[in-house]
Amino acid sequence: MADDKIRVSRRDILRGAGAAAILGTALPASAKEAAAKAPAGLTRHGPGAVPVSIGLNGKAAKVMVEPRVTLLDALRDRLDLTGAKRICDRGACGGCTVWVNGKTVNSCTMLAIDAAGADVRTVEGLAQNGKLHAVQAAFVEHDALQCGFCTSGMVMSCAALLKNNPKPTLDEIKAGIAGNLCRCGTYGHIFNAVQEASR
Amino acid sequence: MSDLKLGFPGNEKNENFETPDNVAPPWDATTKFSVMGKPHPRLEAEDKVTGRAKYSYDIRFPDLIYAKMLRSPHASARVKSIDISKAKALPGVLYSEARQGLTVRYAGQGVAGIAAETEEILDDALALIEVEYEVLPCAVTVEDAMAPGAPQVLNGPNVGGRPGRGKERVDAVHKDADIVVEAEYRTQVQTHSCFETHGCVCKFDDDGSLTVWASTQSTFFTKTAIARAARVRPENVTVITEHMGGGFGSKFGADDWDRFCVLAARATKRPCRYLLDRRAEHLIAGNRPDSIQKCRFSANKNGTLMGAWVESWGTAGVGRGAGVQNPTIYRFRAAGSEQKDVRTHAGRGRAFRAPRHPQGVFALEGMIDEVAFALGMDPLALRQKNDAHPVRSAQWPVGQKAIGWRKTPRGNGAVKIGYGCAGSRWGHNARPGDAVRCRIGKDGSVLFANGSQDLGTGTRTLIAILGAEELGVPLSFVDVRLGHTTDPYGHASGGSVTAPSIAPVVKQAAWLAKRELLEHIAKKIGGDPKKMELTDGDVLGGKKKITFKQACALLPVDSIDVTGDSRNVFRVPRFSREVAGVQFARVAVDTETGLVKVQKIVSVQDCGQIVNELTVRSQMLGGVIQGLSYALFENRLLDRNTGDMVNADLLNYKIAGARDMPEIETIPFNVAQGGTTAGVSSLGEPATVPTAGAIANAVSHAIDARVRSLPITPDKVLAALGAL
Repeated sequence: MADDKIRVSRRDILRGAGAAAILGTALPASAKEAAAKAPAGLTRHGPGAVPVSIGLNGKAAKVMVEPRVTLLDALRDRLDLTGAKRICDRGACGGCTVWVNGKTVNSCTMLAIDAAGADVRTVEGLAQNGKLHAVQAAFVEHDALQCGFCTSGMVMSCAALLKNNPKPTLDEIKAGIAGNLCRCGTYGHIFNAVQEASR
Repeated sequence: MSDLKLGFPGNEKNENFETPDNVAPPWDATTKFSVMGKPHPRLEAEDKVTGRAKYSYDIRFPDLIYAKMLRSPHASARVKSIDISKAKALPGVLYSEARQGLTVRYAGQGVAGIAAETEEILDDALALIEVEYEVLPCAVTVEDAMAPGAPQVLNGPNVGGRPGRGKERVDAVHKDADIVVEAEYRTQVQTHSCFETHGCVCKFDDDGSLTVWASTQSTFFTKTAIARAARVRPENVTVITEHMGGGFGSKFGADDWDRFCVLAARATKRPCRYLLDRRAEHLIAGNRPDSIQKCRFSANKNGTLMGAWVESWGTAGVGRGAGVQNPTIYRFRAAGSEQKDVRTHAGRGRAFRAPRHPQGVFALEGMIDEVAFALGMDPLALRQKNDAHPVRSAQWPVGQKAIGWRKTPRGNGAVKIGYGCAGSRWGHNARPGDAVRCRIGKDGSVLFANGSQDLGTGTRTLIAILGAEELGVPLSFVDVRLGHTTDPYGHASGGSVTAPSIAPVVKQAAWLAKRELLEHIAKKIGGDPKKMELTDGDVLGGKKKITFKQACALLPVDSIDVTGDSRNVFRVPRFSREVAGVQFARVAVDTETGLVKVQKIVSVQDCGQIVNELTVRSQMLGGVIQGLSYALFENRLLDRNTGDMVNADLLNYKIAGARDMPEIETIPFNVAQGGTTAGVSSLGEPATVPTAGAIANAVSHAIDARVRSLPITPDKVLAALGAL
C-alpha cells in the first residue's frame, strides 16, 4: 500500500515473497537487488514480466506479468475477467474468491506465477453451456445480492460449499461462507439461496 | 369529486380528491395490482451473479493508466518539502502532482499524486516520493479537542453547533414529574466501508468531451463537479454509473481524488482510473460521527412521558454534522436538545444511512427503558402509551407477537436471555424534480430511461415494475436504462428520496405513453380511446381485442417517446406524516465471557405502497444487518497521539459476517400512503435506525445491567456486570 510508506502491506510482502520463494533467500530489501544476487543453479524470475500459463475456465491462457503481480490483478487487468473484486486487499473479505484446482482461493493473496499450470475457474466460467449454476439461479431468485460487489466471491464460495457438502445445514452454510463479507447485508437471502440450491 | 381510500386494514380513511385531466389517476387501497407488490428478482441479477456486471472499477481500456495519491501518515502537520523527482524519473510514470506547503489536518490527506502505466509502477513511484513534514500537535477525540489549549483544527473554534432552546420549559416539566432519570450514552465512529471504494475512470475523446464512469450516488452532482474541476462545459461531460458497489451516503459528487484522476487523464490523453485503496476508504471517504449524549428524562407514575432534555457532543472530524436525533419518536410534554459539533484532526464525516438517527435512537430508546424500569412498567407498554403514530401504533403488537415478547425466561445459567425493542421515524421524502422517458417502439419494445443510479437498492427493477403496472403489460416486456446523464434528470440517492420521488414520475410517463398509444390504436381498430385500457398485455375496450404487441405494430409512427415529469403528481392527500418502523431483538448474553449473541430480530417497517416485495425485504434485511454490525462490532480506532487509524482494513475493522447472523424476520407493512400518485415511501434509511437500540435494550434486559456505549463488546458487558 503505497498510500503510507511506513506500513508493510500485504502487497509489499507478496512482492517480496515472490522473489524470496524462488530465490530461496530471506525477504530481500528490494526484488531487483535480490534478483541480481541469485545463487547459481536457481531460476531467476523477474524482476521484469515473465510468461505464466494457466488453465482458465477450461481454456489455456497465457499472460505476461511481473512475478509480484497477484492472480487477482492478472485476471482483472491482463485477462479482462473483472468478476472477482479487490475489496479488502488482504484475504479478509473473500470478494476475490476463485477456484484453483477446484479449491477456493483468495486470489488477492496468491501470486499469478504460483498459479502457473493450475486450473483456475472464475465466476465467469461457472455457468455451463449458457445455463446458470444452481447457486447462481438461486441467488437471482432469492435476491441474495444488493450492490452485488461481493456477489462474485459469494457465488464461488457457495458453489464450492455445495460441491463438498451437497446438503449443508444452516450452520454449515454460515461456516462455509465465513470468509466472505457482505456490506449491504444480504446474508439471510444468501442462506435461503444456498438452501434452495441444495434441494 | 372522487374518493381516495388511504391507510391499511384496520385503519383506513377516505380523502376527497379529483385527479386533474393530465395526470395519471393515483393508486390507493382499492387498487388491484397485477405486477406491483409481488416478489420480483432484480433485472440486473443475472449480470451480477455471472460477473458480467461492469462497475466503474471494472471499466477497462487497452491504454488505461492508473492514478493514486501519497497520503499523510500524520493527522496534523505542515509539509516542508516534497521531492518527487525520483518518482517522475521512473519509466512508466506519466503524470504527477506535489502539494508543496500543504497544511495537513487529518491522516490520509493527499500530499502528492502519481499516474502511471501499471499499478505496480504506481506503487514503486509513490514509494520514491520524499516528504518532509513538520509534525504538529493533534486532537482526535471530542475530549481532547474541547480541552483548554487544544490545537485548533481549522480557522474558528473547534466547538460549534446549535444552542438548545426550551431548556427552561423542560426543566419546569421535570420538576412536576414523578420521576427523573439521568444517564450518559456514547456511540462510536463507524466508517461506510463501501466495498467498491470511491473513485472513477475518466476518458477524454478527441473532440474534448469527457466520459466519467463514477462510483456515485449522484451521477448529476458528479457531472457538475467534474465539469468544474476539469474546466469542461457540463454539456460535454457524460457520467455513467451502470452498477455501483455501495455508497450508504458517502458518495455524492466528485472528490479530490476524482479531480486528480480527470487532470491526469487530460494531461496524458489516456483514460485514467483512480479508485481508493481500502485504507484510504476508511480514513478519508466518510464516516458516521460519534456521540456523547447526556440525557435527562422524566415521567409520571401512570406512564406518561413528561420531559426530555439531551445535551450532546460529537465529531465529524474536520467536517460538521455530528448531531443526534434525540429526543424524538415519542410524545413528551416538553423536549429539546443542545448539540455540540466538535472539530477534530480526522477524516470528514459524511451522511451515513439515516444520519443522526441510529445513534440518537440508541440513547433515546435506552432512556425509555430506564424510565420504564424506574416506573416498574413493561418497556413496550410504556412505548405504546406514549406513541401517537397511527402506523407505529399498529406495528408494536405485530412485532411483539413475532418475537414472542419476553416469553423465554432470562434463565438461571451463565447465558442469559433478554428482549428489547425500539422504534424509528423518517420523512416520506418524495421530492419533485425527476423526469423519466418512456419509449414504446413499433416492435413492441418498451424502455424507461432516467439518468440517476441504482445503488443496489433495486431502483432499476422498481422502475420496470411501476412502468409495467401503469402500462398494463407484463414485466418481461419492459427494459430500463439507468445511470447515464444523457437521460433525464434524477435525484441524488440520499435521504431515501429515490423510490418515493421517481415512482409517480415513472407512473406518469407510462400513463402518457399509454394514452398516446391508445389514441393511435383507436383510430386503427375503432373505439373511444378514453374508454380503452391496457391490461395484462391486451388492449381492451376497442371494437376488437388485440394484444399490446399487435397494437404497437399498428403504430403509424416509429415510436412513442414521451417524458413524464413531477408536475402535479405530488398533489395527492397523504395518510400519515412520517414513515414508521419498529424492531424487536432477542439476545443471549454469556455473563462469563461477556459475549453477546443476537438470536432473533423482527423488523416491522412501513413501506408505503410496496413495489417489489423481494427488494423491500432485502432493504429491511440489510438495514437490520448493518444495524447489528454497528451495535456489536464496528469501531474506527484512532491513535490518540498520532491521529492515525489503527484498524484501517476489513480484518481489524470488524463488520458483521455470516456467523454473526441471527434469525431475521422481515415484516413489510404495506400502507396505501398517497402523497403522490404512486404512494411509495422511503425505506432504505429507516430500516436501519432501531436495530442498535433494540439490541442494546435486549442486552440490558438479559444481564439486568445497562451498557450505555456502542459497540457492545464483551469488555463493556463484563464491566456493566461489575466483573471487570
